[in-house]
Formats: sequence, C-alpha cells, structure tokens
Amino acid sequence: MTTSPMRVDSPTGSTPSGRGPVRQTRRLPRWAAAASFAAAIVVALLLGQLRDTHIALLALGAVALGTVLLYSLSRAVEGPRRATDRLTTCLVYSAFGLAMVPLVSLIVEVVRRGAPRLDGEFFSWSLLGVVGEGGGAYHAIMGTLVITGLTTLIAVPIGLMTAIYLVEYGTGRLKRTITFLVDVMTGIPSIVAGLFAYALFALFLGPGVRLGIAGAVALAVLMIPVVVRSAEEVLKLVPNELREAAYALGVPKWRTIVKVVIPTAMAGLATGVTLAIARVIGETAPLLVTVGIANATNFDPFDGRMATLPVYAYYQLTQPGVPPEFAIDRAWTAALVLILIVMGLNVMARLISRFFAPTTGR
Amino acid sequence: MVILAGVAAFLVVEAIPALRAPAEDVPGGEGLTAYIGPLLFGTLLAAVIALVVATPLAVAIALFITQYAPRRIASALGYLVDLLAAIPSIVYGFWGIYWLAPRLVPLFRWLEENLGFVPLFAGPTSATGRTMFTAGLVLAIMILPIISALTREVFRQVPTLHREAALALGATRWEMIRLAVLPYGRSGIVGGAMLGLGRALGETLAIALVLSVSGGITFNLISSGNPSTIAANIALQFPESSGIAVNTLIASGLVLFVITFAVNMLARYVVNRRSEFSGAN
Repeated sequence: MTTSPMRVDSPTGSTPSGRGPVRQTRRLPRWAAAASFAAAIVVALLLGQLRDTHIALLALGAVALGTVLLYSLSRAVEGPRRATDRLTTCLVYSAFGLAMVPLVSLIVEVVRRGAPRLDGEFFSWSLLGVVGEGGGAYHAIMGTLVITGLTTLIAVPIGLMTAIYLVEYGTGRLKRTITFLVDVMTGIPSIVAGLFAYALFALFLGPGVRLGIAGAVALAVLMIPVVVRSAEEVLKLVPNELREAAYALGVPKWRTIVKVVIPTAMAGLATGVTLAIARVIGETAPLLVTVGIANATNFDPFDGRMATLPVYAYYQLTQPGVPPEFAIDRAWTAALVLILIVMGLNVMARLISRFFAPTTGR
Repeated sequence: MVILAGVAAFLVVEAIPALRAPAEDVPGGEGLTAYIGPLLFGTLLAAVIALVVATPLAVAIALFITQYAPRRIASALGYLVDLLAAIPSIVYGFWGIYWLAPRLVPLFRWLEENLGFVPLFAGPTSATGRTMFTAGLVLAIMILPIISALTREVFRQVPTLHREAALALGATRWEMIRLAVLPYGRSGIVGGAMLGLGRALGETLAIALVLSVSGGITFNLISSGNPSTIAANIALQFPESSGIAVNTLIASGLVLFVITFAVNMLARYVVNRRSEFSGAN
C-alpha cells in the first residue's frame, strides 16, 4: 500500500460563500479501509500457506494487521484525530464480530446435533423402559407444559395486581419500595428460587419432597417480577385522557380499570406475559431441585416427580447410560426443541404486539 | 415483597440446622466456613472473569448498534441480541462442553508454554478444556446480551442535541462518542455490568456442566482442578443429598442470595440515581 491516493474534500475554487481560502482536509479515499483489510487477509492467507496455523488465529491476525495498516495509513495522511477515529471504528466492528462468533456457532451447533432426532418418535414416546436407541421426550414436554401452565396461573394474577397497584393506586414511599424490591427480585438467582420452593414444601411435607407444584412455585418467584415490570410499563402508556373521560362519566375507579385501562393495554400485557413465559420455560436449576426427573409420563403436579424438558436434557447429557451416544443425541434434540419453543414464544410476542396494538386514533 | 421476605425467611429457617451443626457433620468435616469458602471463591472468580471479558465487548456491541450500524440493520441486530438473552442457560452449557472447551485446549497449551510464569496460567493444562477459564468465557457470553441491552438503552437516550453539538464542532465520530455518549451513559454501563455480575454469580447449570470440579482454592485458570461455584455445587449435590447436607446446601444458597441481593441493590441504586438526574433535565 502506498499513500498516493488522496482527495481534496472541498474544492477551493467553488466555495459557496466565496470568501477566502477554505481549509483543505486531506482524506483517504473511500476504498482505503476495504483495501487495507483485503491486503491484511492476503498476507494472512500467504502466511497460512507457509506455516500451518489455526484458522481462528489467522482471522485474528488478519483483523489486527488490517487495523494497524489502516491506522498508520490514516495517521500519515489524515492526522492523529481521524486516525484514532478509524482505529476505534475498527475496534468496535471487530469486537462486534468477535461477539457474534460464539452466538452464531451456538445456534449452528445445536441445530446440527439436534436435528437428527427431531422426529415423530421424539414427540410421542416417553423414556419408560427405553434402553439405548429410540425413546423420546413426550413425558418431559408434557411436564414442561403442565408446570409452566401452573406457573402462569400463579404468577400472572399476582404480577398484574401488583402492576395495577403500582400504576393506579400506589403513591409515595410504599410504591417506591415495591418498585425497588421488584427490580431486585429480577436478579434472584434461579437456584435460590428453587431452594426457597423446596424449603417451603419441605417444611410442611417433610424433607426429600419432589412435587410439580413446588417447581411451579419456584418458577413463579422468577416470573412475577418480569410480569410486574412489563405490565407496569404497558399500563403507564395508557393515556390519562381515557381515565379522566371515564371518571367524568361517573364510572368508579375499579370499573375504569377493568373496562377501560386493561382492555386498552391488552396487547401489551399479552406480549409481556408471553415473554415472561419464554423467560422461565428454559429454567433448569429450580426444577432440578424441586421436581427432579422421571421416566414415565406424569400429569399430576401434586403427586411425585415429573420430567421437564430442561432437566431431561441435563440428565440425558450427564448420565447417559450405556451406550451413551443415544442419550446424548436426545439431549441435544431436547435443547433444540427448547430453543425452538423460546424463539417461537418470542416471535409470538412480537406478532401479538404488532397485530393487536390499540388504535390510538390520533 | 412478601415473597421476597418469604424467600429469605425460609432459607434462614432451613439453614439454621447447618449453622448449629457440629463441624464434623458438615460435608468435608471441617465446618461450614471451610465448606463454603472455596465455593464462594470459585463463584467470585468465575463471575469476575466473565465480567472482565463481557463488559468491553458489550459496550462495543451497544456502541455498534446505536452509533455505527446503519439504522435498518440496527433494529434487527438489537432484536437478535434480545433473542440471545432468552436462550436457556442449559443450552449454553451444552455448547460450552462440546464446542468451546475442546477448541480452547490449544490456547491453554500455548498459554502454559509462553505465560507459565504468571500464576494464572501455571498449568498443567487440562486435557478436556473444562476449566475455570472456559466457564468464565461461557458466563461472559451469557451475560453479554444482558449488559449490552441495558447499555444500548442508555446510549439511545443520549440527547441528540448533545451529539449533534459535538459533531457540529468538528468532532470525529469517536470524539463525539467520547465527549457526549460515554459520559452520559457511564452510570448505565456500570449498572448494566453489575446486573450482569449478579446474573453471573447466580448462574448454575452452565457452570455445573462446563466446569470439572475438584475443590480447593486456586488461581490457576487452566488446570483441571477448579473450585466449584455455590450455585453449581447446589445443582450437582442436591439431588443426591439428604439430612444435614441439604441444610448445608441451603445455607450456601443463603450466602449466594445475600451476595446477589447486595449486588443487585447496588446496581439498581446506580441506575436509578442516573434516571432521577436525567429526569431533572
């Protein structure tokens, strides 16, 4: 690379004002950045041909070389300030690229390993009496559905009421305290929530208890703050004019909330709840502690152990039995199904908020 | 609020037997402090590694999405990052064992050979790659979306006037970011990092899967002997425990709860202080 290509930014003769000489800034041409990185890649490839180096190392080296090249080039032509600017641009771009590598590889890996067992048997068989090949996660999927449903039944009313209180009724110190505590509750480690539910049930039913409902309680502890936060945000968006109009017609406050505020915010509330479900459906640790694992299908959350998808995946991977490869395949497929469910819920939440958004009519 | 108090109360009640128990009954036979100490150390070490790796990257992502990327791509990227925050932690654990750990082994070898004099990289290298370093990296990737989501929100709230003023004075884009965006978003970065720290402290299964555990306190990041973390230890031991061991685990859970509670409270305090400040504008 040479420093020959230069450009004059604003040509002197034709300044709009026509007063005095315009300060000329020397800039690198637009293709300079692309060119220096292309050069770096070529150098890296050549080096790779000469010596047997790891591909990741080569890529890193290419990016570093390109950055250095562009920086020194820019420093020579454009001066230190623009050079720093280009340097940070390079750094930000490469940091972003670096962060995307694991995230993309994660998805690719799960799909690659999980796809082979994504068949009918996986969704229709339990693990009862299955040794080695075959078998499925029917019992785990059902267990996840039952427990998540229960969680939603517990968490949504409590969360909604808290949010309504915070937005419509709460004032002063109490409101601020509750908001703060809800915020802090968002950060409770999931396993601590599991221990809490276990401790709660062990106190009444004796130690060693494993129940589906305990898992639901643990998940509800995790879900309530999420529901409160999102519902609060949505309720705040309901225009005050609507409330005032209802009051002016003599409607009591509770009827205003039930008939005016909640229907207006319905789409947002549904979105929030869907996202909250997506958040807790993949939680493993609390279920590991409270619900345990089973090989047979169990629909009754008040009676003994149940299987859930995340715990199922965990045990299939850590205790695969002999021969291990079939169980490990099942674990990956379970992980894939879990991701698909979470993604599906997220997309659903998006669609709900898009199609059922209230028409403000302004 | 009642629930929060309830969580604390029940944990304390169930932990009391462990606190009262004679030292030799506690697993390990050296008392509660000796049992929880290494776990606490492991928890903090993993979380600190995660934080050191994740924070700069998260800030870079947030900057990229809010300041550098073309507007149309930016919102899609933001959505993508949000989706990644929703991936269940166990999947990260799977990926950590099967994809990341084997690929890190050559790096560990290189570190041991060239930087072996630093206690962090003393070796001997683990053959499976399931080390503290790997666990910290997995944690970092998990908290990356969380930190960057919060930082992104703060950066987006930077008043356009501030940014335009900086640009109008002839600042380059980096100078604009340094003068207008970063000072405005500093407390947001700190708060986001601390929320990420709280998340990393409590993360369970990714660590339980990735880390190969063998007790003891060591700063060695790349060998196969690692201290476990509180949460991972609970997940690994709990299904097979009974009696006083369960109470001990619950006591360690209580310790974890107190730590994360403190961290989160601090984080919220930092974030809220900023929002009050900016509300006055």
